[in-house]
Amino acid sequence: MSSKRSPRRQFLKNGAALASFAAGAISSSSGKLFAADVPSADLHAYGQRSRFENDVRIGSLALWPIVPGARRDYGFRSPLQDSMGIITPASLHFIISHGHEPPDIDSRDHQLMIHGMVDRPLIFTLDEIKRLPSVSRLHFLECHGNSAAAGITGEPRKLTSATVQDTHGLTSCSVWTGVPLTLLLGQVGVQKGASWIVAEGSETGRHTKSIPLEKAMDDCLLAYGQNGEALRPEQGYPLRLLVPGWQGINNVKWLRRIYVVDQPYMAMMESTKYPSPRLDGKSRWFESEMGPKSVITRPSGGQQLGSRGFYEITGLAWSGGGAVRRVEVSVDGGRTWKDAQLQQPIVPKAHTRFGLSWTWNGEEAMLQSRCTDDQGHVQPTLAELSKYWGVDADYFRLPPTTADMGNFNSIQPWKVSRDGSVSNALL
Amino acid sequence: MRCSSLLSALAVLGLAECSVAFAQAPGYGNLGRAPSREEIQAWNQSIGPQGKELPPGSGTAKQAEEIFAAKCAACHGPNGEGSQAAPRLIGGRGALNTPTPSRTLANYWPFATTVWDYINRAMPPKQEGSLSASDVYALTAFILYRNEIIPEGQVLDAASLPKVKMPNRDGFIPDRLEDIHSLRARGCNAGHCP
Ligand code: HEC
Repeated sequence: MSSKRSPRRQFLKNGAALASFAAGAISSSSGKLFAADVPSADLHAYGQRSRFENDVRIGSLALWPIVPGARRDYGFRSPLQDSMGIITPASLHFIISHGHEPPDIDSRDHQLMIHGMVDRPLIFTLDEIKRLPSVSRLHFLECHGNSAAAGITGEPRKLTSATVQDTHGLTSCSVWTGVPLTLLLGQVGVQKGASWIVAEGSETGRHTKSIPLEKAMDDCLLAYGQNGEALRPEQGYPLRLLVPGWQGINNVKWLRRIYVVDQPYMAMMESTKYPSPRLDGKSRWFESEMGPKSVITRPSGGQQLGSRGFYEITGLAWSGGGAVRRVEVSVDGGRTWKDAQLQQPIVPKAHTRFGLSWTWNGEEAMLQSRCTDDQGHVQPTLAELSKYWGVDADYFRLPPTTADMGNFNSIQPWKVSRDGSVSNALL
Repeated sequence: MRCSSLLSALAVLGLAECSVAFAQAPGYGNLGRAPSREEIQAWNQSIGPQGKELPPGSGTAKQAEEIFAAKCAACHGPNGEGSQAAPRLIGGRGALNTPTPSRTLANYWPFATTVWDYINRAMPPKQEGSLSASDVYALTAFILYRNEIIPEGQVLDAASLPKVKMPNRDGFIPDRLEDIHSLRARGCNAGHCP
């Protein structure tokens, strides 16, 4: 698989060529040279990946402006096809910031104000927040537009050549470190009658999002750390909100203010861009929680199987409603299913890695996975989802429009052809 | 910290949550400082549907003609018709009960306060925050008048703006803002709401 390049062989080849003039090259007893040392100056102070690894995020900063011929996307997608385990490196975590570049904040200057319906409005420095008892939690984030098959970004996603980065790259998973939001809300003293918070970022445009107080008090986190280091600028440095299991838009980056109020504030995104229209003209807003979902990351669209024989089918499963309880895999387009093995740890509202041993007999196959969470909710097929939404398959073949159903969590089929090529077979 | 050692041990395993106990604990002393009234006012730019936070100032459609031409038209078009650079602000009215509903400001946005809030915090790009409150009232009036939502002479200010009813105010489920917060009560399930 992935026979297009063999990083290791490439590494050895280039290394040998270099070795002949590299100081410190080692001769083996047979007189053959080993690979030269990697030039190390940059690697010792702050590590970098091997120069033979070249996965990157793809996408565009925002839907606007429209540049003819250029990709039009909500943000930058994570390369899930080569993901390992369940942690996304911060450098490859998907990014959405609706066109705004990360502000250049010195963490020593950063402050968070909590005010509104509270007994004691307070401004905290980041340093003060870091003095409080911290927690670290594993959580996925997912854009509500991830995998959407209609709408503007549905176009690349519908192509048979689509990769899992195109179809599912707007989700990632990290260990987030910070302070439970309840702790700071306790410090300011939330007043009776308060029922929502409004969170605001410090970027140009100051994205805001209303979140029910109930959720804020439940499991939200003020995060300053990601995977063992400070947040990256594009992930909200130095402070972001984490709203586990809910649409990505809630996880306000560069967090500067929390306003405690008694109703949703109907900020631009939540009241005009995120509602999902029904065919009767009414729209559902604040759908908030992401449903159970899974996708096979290997083999997936754009990859190539080599010889017939053994392959592990592997992928990611998650649910905003809780922990993944079961993942089933089908290699015959959903006629029969087998339970996949779930890798530990299995954590609520986090990616869970699954795997299933498979022997490819060289025939055409249709690979897909189905997630069930610990609430008993099962990931739907496209037909089931369409029925729920009251649309038919033609809906997804419409030209790009502003019609767009969020929280798209349909089962994703990948077709393996006899020549070993793997392609997107959703539509 | 009020977690018993058993609870702490469970918490380490991710089986219990000590943070709740933290929140109810008597607090962390003098962490944080009290902002002044002016500081709160300066930081707080969130305008809710009731418009409580709207600042003084006022404007009419006519007063915005020049500002719109100078600061908005380059991207949104001289008549707000939209371009490759930015979405349409004026027009796009039509039925919503189709697979391809028009989600323009006039056809879709439920609250006029959102128009004010968004222009104030996000427009024009790279010069966010440069418009005066009266400019923002005037630009909002201009967009709403050109969309035939308010009459030409209407003065928009903190009192009148929240009263403007947008054409699609009743197009959302649940209708009442009080009913939005509980996904369970609304019958939302597995990421989808009825
Ligand atoms: C440099 C180009 C540019 C200029 C100048 C500009 N805008 Fe915008 N405007 C945009 C873009 C891009 C968006 C879409 C942002 C998004 O959806 O994230 C937008 C969105 C909007 C929206 C929301 C429309 C919708 O349907 O989503 C309003 C209202 C708006 N602008 C008003 C104004 C006003 C008023 C001015 C003048 C003071 C202005 N804009 C100047 C680029 C511009």
